[in-house]
Amino acid sequence: MSSGSKTFISGNEAIAAGVRLVRPHVIAAYPITPQTTVIERLAEMVADGTLSAEYLHVESEHSALSACIGGSAVGARTFTASSSQGLLYMVECMHYASGGRFPVVMMNANRSVALPWNIYGDQRDSLSLLDSGWIQVYAEDAQESLDLVIQAYAVAEHPDVLTPVMVNLDGFVLTHTYELVNVPDQVDVDDFLPPFQTTNKMDPDRPMSLGFTAGPQHNQAFKQLQHLAMLSAERVIRETEERFGQLFGRNYPGLVDAFLCEDAEYVIVTLGSVAGTVRPVVERLRAMGERVGLLRIRYMRPFPEHEIRAALAGVKSVGVLEKDISFGYEGTVFTNVNSALTRTGAKAPRLLNFIGGLGGKDISVTDIEALFARLQASDEGETVTFV
Amino acid sequence: MIEVRWHGRGGQGAFTAARLLGVAVVLFENRYALAFPSFGPERRGAPVLGFTRIDDHKVADRSLVTGCDVVAVLDDTLLDSSVLQGLRTGGLFLVNTSHATLPINPPDDIRTILIDATSLAMRYLGRPITNTAMLGALAASSDVLKIQSLIDAVRREMKGASAEKNVALAEAAYAAVRGQAT
Amino acid sequence: MNHPVRNASFKPPTRLEDYLVGTAFPSGHLVEINAAWRSERPAIDSERCTNCLICWLLCPDGVIRKTGDGRLEIDYDYCKGCGICARECRFDVIRMEKEGL
Repeated sequence: MSSGSKTFISGNEAIAAGVRLVRPHVIAAYPITPQTTVIERLAEMVADGTLSAEYLHVESEHSALSACIGGSAVGARTFTASSSQGLLYMVECMHYASGGRFPVVMMNANRSVALPWNIYGDQRDSLSLLDSGWIQVYAEDAQESLDLVIQAYAVAEHPDVLTPVMVNLDGFVLTHTYELVNVPDQVDVDDFLPPFQTTNKMDPDRPMSLGFTAGPQHNQAFKQLQHLAMLSAERVIRETEERFGQLFGRNYPGLVDAFLCEDAEYVIVTLGSVAGTVRPVVERLRAMGERVGLLRIRYMRPFPEHEIRAALAGVKSVGVLEKDISFGYEGTVFTNVNSALTRTGAKAPRLLNFIGGLGGKDISVTDIEALFARLQASDEGETVTFV
Repeated sequence: MIEVRWHGRGGQGAFTAARLLGVAVVLFENRYALAFPSFGPERRGAPVLGFTRIDDHKVADRSLVTGCDVVAVLDDTLLDSSVLQGLRTGGLFLVNTSHATLPINPPDDIRTILIDATSLAMRYLGRPITNTAMLGALAASSDVLKIQSLIDAVRREMKGASAEKNVALAEAAYAAVRGQAT
Repeated sequence: MNHPVRNASFKPPTRLEDYLVGTAFPSGHLVEINAAWRSERPAIDSERCTNCLICWLLCPDGVIRKTGDGRLEIDYDYCKGCGICARECRFDVIRMEKEGL
């Protein structure tokens, strides 16, 4: 194992570095803030010959993902990236990709969705698309972002999975922030990720019909197979991370990242880079003798219900802090966590839902301290509150 | 943790200063840092901010920088009372100006260093881009980074002749500020 | 001619109840100035100005105003210092001066 190279780059640049390493055949993308620098870097790499891929300039995100599906349908490894309005523009294609079992990998820069118009980070874009059949993972920092690109192809292309993957980075605070990233060596990535092989493609030697209709009698069976494949992905993700750790020396903790939850009484559950603001608060409160913890959910689909139940067993109060809201009810992460904790009939901890960070609203260390204080208070209060 | 806030106008390289500082301390001093600009649309001439957060362990907190230990101003037409907001007691106020006095009154509990980085940049680069000069001044007036790390960072991030001119500029600014102290 | 002026007494909403429905708001409502963008400012020599109105016509931000008594004035709250007026003036009556100190 060689050691890679130390760099000081942004989350977006880390994604581009990872994409180069996986040797995609086709990149098709349309620019949108705050994703733009990913595809600018990739275009520069193709132009200077350090990345040999077909870079397709398309007129919209709908076309971008359509082009990737087309590429995948002839056995090409493909990549696209988007955000917010652009992501939503390609939604019907997202269902095509997942239903067609095409292992496209997409980077999504989490950004708020208009109206009001807003370019800053929240997670309303991807969290509103959990039902699209894509595996969804959320990165906390730029190193994880790069590593997830490599792992995403290994998971997506696995014959038991064959499901597209969305890698989410918080807009600006992760996409545009510069930090230490170790960029792996090409030889190690080639070792880790073999070329894409599939029978789910058009091939003159083995003619196939792709993208057919399935009526009332058979359609449900295809959907059930998709669901089972997504469930199989849980095992494949863990195996992939284990192999990754052996080769690159960085070990990832699976579908959730639990920090000091083992004997915790009060836990904040959250996604993405805001976990980095919760960590110093947990450390400070622990030093004062308070039994608090952080549970960062990495994969929202497949949903890690077992890991969540295990991590939160024995916890008194749980606060789900999320950057989205399903208007008229509660946050989507809360809905998923609440379901995991209650569907077995076991006694669940007290659950509160904290909606924050919408439209890029800052969540500070002081805000997090106040949330832990709310978890510790014995008042009943509203389940859903805005931070 | 040390927090540095850079003030400039779009096109002057304020964010490059924030980023080069990160490169210097992370890649050449084995420390950790986050560097980021004020997020959002920009244009040449509009006021912009850059931030660098430095620590000896991984910096996890990405929330807005409110307090800082250093305020560095690349353009003295930006000097108003808001520029000093959040600067902690004992902090450093580093200003690029050709004037001997400032239009604002910094409190007594912070250190103020004035340097005519624009003139130095014109002499060494032929352009009024002052980020490497200001970083040299920062190395001379604080423990935030070492001058050698700055030189290594400039050589890594810039190419050929441009790199060497910027190294010379950084060293000149460093010497100028060191000279002020004696 | 009507032009928007800064509403100096505007206070941004702080309570949920103070926000308007949807994303609509009355037009011509300016609450901030953007004078900080300027590093140079134009100065018109009214004595020599012939009132040809070329600068008034070409200012991209519409900050050159007719005062009504034959002179032109510049709204320095919104002038960004681009210098187009000085460049286009055929009579060299507009000078760009360094801002601030």
